[in-house]
Amino acid sequence: MITELIEKSEVADVYHKVQEGRRLSREDGMRLYRTHDILTLGHMANIARERKNGGVAYYIVNFHINYSNICKNKCRFCAFSRKGPEEDGAYEMTMDEIMERAKRVRTLGATEIHIVGGAHPSWPFSRYLEMIGKLHDAFPDVHLQAFTAVEIAHIAEMAGLSVTETLDQLKKAGLGSLPGGGAEVFSQRVRAEVCPEKLSAEKWLEVMREAHRFGLRSNATMLYGHIETEEERIDHMLRLRELQDETDGFMSFIPLAFHPANTQMSDKSPTTGFLDLKTLAIGRLMLDNFEHIKAFWIMLGIKLAQVSLWFGVDDIDGTVVEERITHAAGAETPQGLTVEELKRLIVEAGRVPVERDTLYRVIRRGIPRADHDV
Amino acid sequence: MDSAREMRHLPSITDILRSVLEGQRLGENAAAALFHSSDFLTIGAAAAEIRKRFHPAGHVTYVIDRNINYTNICVSGCTFCAFYRSPGMSDAYVLSRRELAQKIKETVELGGTQILLQGGLHPDLRLQFYCDMLRFIKREFKIHIHGFSPPEIVHFARLNAMPVSDVISRLHRAGLDTIPGGGAEILTERVRCEISPNKCSAREWLDVMRVAHDAGMRTTATMMFAHKEAYEDRIEHLARVRELQDSTHGFTAFIPWTFQPLNTQIGGMPAGGVEYLKTLAISRLFLDNVPNIQASWVTQGSKIAQLALRFGANDLGSTMIEENVVRAAGARFRMSLSEMRDIIEDAGFVPRQRDCYYNLIENPRTGRP
Repeated sequence: MITELIEKSEVADVYHKVQEGRRLSREDGMRLYRTHDILTLGHMANIARERKNGGVAYYIVNFHINYSNICKNKCRFCAFSRKGPEEDGAYEMTMDEIMERAKRVRTLGATEIHIVGGAHPSWPFSRYLEMIGKLHDAFPDVHLQAFTAVEIAHIAEMAGLSVTETLDQLKKAGLGSLPGGGAEVFSQRVRAEVCPEKLSAEKWLEVMREAHRFGLRSNATMLYGHIETEEERIDHMLRLRELQDETDGFMSFIPLAFHPANTQMSDKSPTTGFLDLKTLAIGRLMLDNFEHIKAFWIMLGIKLAQVSLWFGVDDIDGTVVEERITHAAGAETPQGLTVEELKRLIVEAGRVPVERDTLYRVIRRGIPRADHDV
Repeated sequence: MDSAREMRHLPSITDILRSVLEGQRLGENAAAALFHSSDFLTIGAAAAEIRKRFHPAGHVTYVIDRNINYTNICVSGCTFCAFYRSPGMSDAYVLSRRELAQKIKETVELGGTQILLQGGLHPDLRLQFYCDMLRFIKREFKIHIHGFSPPEIVHFARLNAMPVSDVISRLHRAGLDTIPGGGAEILTERVRCEISPNKCSAREWLDVMRVAHDAGMRTTATMMFAHKEAYEDRIEHLARVRELQDSTHGFTAFIPWTFQPLNTQIGGMPAGGVEYLKTLAISRLFLDNVPNIQASWVTQGSKIAQLALRFGANDLGSTMIEENVVRAAGARFRMSLSEMRDIIEDAGFVPRQRDCYYNLIENPRTGRP
């Protein structure tokens, strides 16, 4: 970047802190949210990104199994959940259906199955154990990233077991790591309004602490662009940073853009490109102890996800086949990208595509054949 | 990167951008270095700075208009087009006067100030048809007509065995106000031979604009990129626009947009956001004599269009009450006036309605700016 232009920026002092590798304060984060100088912000985030991940952009070959949309919580931002099996559009997969779906592991060459569902009001603990156990037996080399902290807490409650005991049994059955969903925004004010039935912020963090202590790594998300304030977003990041200082168990931070269509908050506007990039870049800058920032292209759109590779992001997720949760909320992105398409986007952005596994171990690195004459 | 740069004997992009910020004109080799660089944030920051010098008040403008495609019948058969139909096909159409009037009436009711009137290259309709259409519109409505891109005008000239200058002056007298810059695609003969061999040549496109400018009409210029062209073709395109502008000063705005592949013969995947933003920023830097750079939300979506405002664009174009051509090729973005104003404010600018000459105006319906 051209020094004279950075020095003119209203956030030049934060830039100097980033250059020196100093930790940013809550106030710094707030100021970054308020600036319109998105290019200086991107430049700062890129410095932090390249320090940790160089010019690499990770992707994973995976797919999702959303085993059921029946959920005891009725979060206002969700277009996916159904109260019970009798409600229109409700579904729950049988074990056979889950195993059938999982077969695509082989055709896709997937290294991960990502399993998330509602907090099902009647499934017994044995069912989750059976699901993980059978999948692990059938595909022992495939990583099972399953059950958000919300599901873990719910499953433990259904089982009448402690979180630790629940995690222990699931891990023994073959659970590999936890996805970062269900964090939403930690603010009590926000949760009371948009997801009052969902577990508290403290409980979410506690499940993650337990999981990390247990050797199960996880991701962390933040659902932004609904009713939360800038302070609440920064505070969310700070609570994650604090726990990460303690456990070092988080792999990536994944900001999730709220999609209002078909939810109880459909009067809200979708997030802007500025808010998306600011949140990713500020996430990169505030979370100096997270190795990775992931842009979930399903939610951001492909074009913006590509741009985000210069705004702090080093991971654009996978070739998610049949994602149901965001598409229920009107996401207009295609449901799956081929590996070639994903690589082309990365190369076009001037980054080096690297296929990773769930734990960010390199599977394959390289630049695909150029089939685009620019 | 440094060794690659030395091999190509290209100066560093920071040096290039510094010299542009000091007021030097961007040369073609230097532009090539920018295109080959992946540091699009730095290029964007320089473009944003130049944009600020052109538009210090911090306005981002838009126009309320409707895209009226009077026919989809076209004999051009361009490989990048999903809109056209051959004569006699079941979904081929020519709009009736009644349909035309209804569309314009709705436009005026929504606070619209202009129509963008374009169509396919119809094999039979004579110039008189178009002149009558213009007179009809001007008789019925007080509205600006931005119409007939150069391929249409060249087609009229051939079909009516008439020089381009006569065609333009007859259309002008019949009520045509300004000419849209469509159909430029890439202004090099090599690329046009490949993607639109039956469309007017680069030379013809530029001639139409020169004649129109000489007749006192203003026009825009577009560039459709990320299909079969090389960076050098984009640079040649920009250089030809800049050269003509030096002599006529008739272009009001430059509008780059990416090829939309769905349902077209070329096919493939759309270009990503990085390529678009970088090309837009280089356009802002290269075209030092064109006052306005327009972001294309129709092809890029509102998120990338909003970002474009920090990569050198100062205008969001039209609210597009109706758009058919790009939609046929898979772009399905929609934007309401309030959303457009919201994203402008969110990016830190002041939204203002404008007319076709880029003058700020009050909304004719609400009286508000």
